[in-house]
Amino acid sequence: MSASVDRFDERARREADRFGETTVHRGELLRHPVYTRVLHWLVAISFVLALLSGFAIYSPWLFRWLSPLFGGGPGTRVLHPWFGVAFDAFFFFQFLNWFAPMAWTSADRRWLKRLKQYTTHTNRVEPEEVGFFNGGQKIYFWLIVLSGLLFLITGLLMWFDDFVGRWIVAVSYVVHDLAALLMLAGFIIHIYEGTSHQPGTLHSMINGTVTEKWAWTHHPAWYRAVTGRDPQEAYELEKRRQAERERAIASWEREQNAREES
Amino acid sequence: MSNPQTFQIQEISAHPGPVPGAGTRREEEVCKYIDVTTCIGCKACEVACVEWNDHPFRETTFDDTYQTMPSTEWNYWNLIKFAEDERDGNLMWLMRKDQCMHCEDPGCLRACPADGAIIKYENGIVDFQQENCIGCGYCISGCPFDIPKFNEKTKKVYKCTLCSDRVGQGLEPACIKACPTGCLHFGTKSDMVQIAGLRAKQLRDVSGFANAGVYDPSSIGGTHVIYTLHDINTPERYGLPKHPLIPPSYTYWKWTAKPIGLLMAGLGLLAVFFHRVSVGPRLPQPEDPPVVEENRDPVEGKRKEQP
Repeated sequence: MSASVDRFDERARREADRFGETTVHRGELLRHPVYTRVLHWLVAISFVLALLSGFAIYSPWLFRWLSPLFGGGPGTRVLHPWFGVAFDAFFFFQFLNWFAPMAWTSADRRWLKRLKQYTTHTNRVEPEEVGFFNGGQKIYFWLIVLSGLLFLITGLLMWFDDFVGRWIVAVSYVVHDLAALLMLAGFIIHIYEGTSHQPGTLHSMINGTVTEKWAWTHHPAWYRAVTGRDPQEAYELEKRRQAERERAIASWEREQNAREES
Repeated sequence: MSNPQTFQIQEISAHPGPVPGAGTRREEEVCKYIDVTTCIGCKACEVACVEWNDHPFRETTFDDTYQTMPSTEWNYWNLIKFAEDERDGNLMWLMRKDQCMHCEDPGCLRACPADGAIIKYENGIVDFQQENCIGCGYCISGCPFDIPKFNEKTKKVYKCTLCSDRVGQGLEPACIKACPTGCLHFGTKSDMVQIAGLRAKQLRDVSGFANAGVYDPSSIGGTHVIYTLHDINTPERYGLPKHPLIPPSYTYWKWTAKPIGLLMAGLGLLAVFFHRVSVGPRLPQPEDPPVVEENRDPVEGKRKEQP
């Protein structure tokens, strides 16, 4: 991206850090600054609102119970495009913010080939080439870019249907739904990976920090970039120290047991 | 017409022999027939429609024609459309009463995603149920005749009901009752098709309109409002589509792809849930070491000790 975007992003991060705070404790690394976190949750909230109101329009026979949240059927229909506009607008800034680290590389192609090993946990520690974002995260990001564009184009065509032909509107409904289903698939995986599947990840999007362990496990290349240390060596060292700690505790327990028996 | 047999004669006093016409059943499908060739553009039907449906008197739009306004509105369901046309070098003033066509295969109903917002009666009338309408506007793009109209205030869509309230009581629609020239007719579909055909034949044979015919488009299974036109080959001159079509995506998308999409989403949720309970989380490494093998399961361990 051009230098002006970089300047804008840096300024936004600096301004956000002025009113927000990120405390990095010992053994932790800064992962998401205040600006990123605030943007993420603005995007998330507006997306969930658009999703829920969208469900109530997508198939009312199944999701009619959602529409009272938005003031009934017509109210849902009135609010939905505004949620969508908010989602697209907030995501636009996140796009500028994350455009650079989301660039697709050959390492991501190899990550994608390892997808099966990843889901079955063949390797508990990611290969050293995995950077700030892994291939799956990048796919989700670009999927949102695509869906966000489709939402915007087809959404505007449906919103201002007085000015376009009925066939264009009819196609827009289908494309809009398809984009939503695509994003829903990514959204389900995103929430799962971000919370239950990878403990410590939700913490990073709320507090801004991750543990060093988390960093060399999931994003070793990023760990190397921010600490200057070798992720594999750091992992091995921690493993040895952990074993030593275990041995020390075991011997302490033996001593205690012997003392109690005597 | 709610029950066509209500006034079927069952018994006749002091009448010898069987009751004449016993067991006959009238066809239930109703139809409005509009003979555009005898319409004088008086707009009595417009007024009758506004009156019966208790719509407020609304402003008209003057656009250098005799038309009351450019198109029907959410509270103006009946509009005479005036078209100045040329035939054999002479001016022809075409007047067509525009309203809902009550299609046999209604595009609005096909497109509508809301449960119970649009219904079609056995008699062919297509009616909007505003209490179930979510105002999404799918029906507007589903309609080949540009009939459903959005009300900015209630955020819902309205259109002509073919006076279903009157027809239900055995009365003709208000527009029919008001027509002074008799160009509007109301009855069963087969009767209306027959007299429309007769009139078209008369126009062809006697009045010199060689292409006169009945507009009852088969592409949507026919309509419950039919016209005789001077020239059936160019209905566009009257503002009618030659082959009205409903985007097929509505039917397939709504009843096939949409439920499949939801099912996939549901399966996706189940998939990640069972991934979590079976494969488990990816913990930061190194995680706490697993329990040593011999202490893993005390019951199992004891069982192994026994000979």
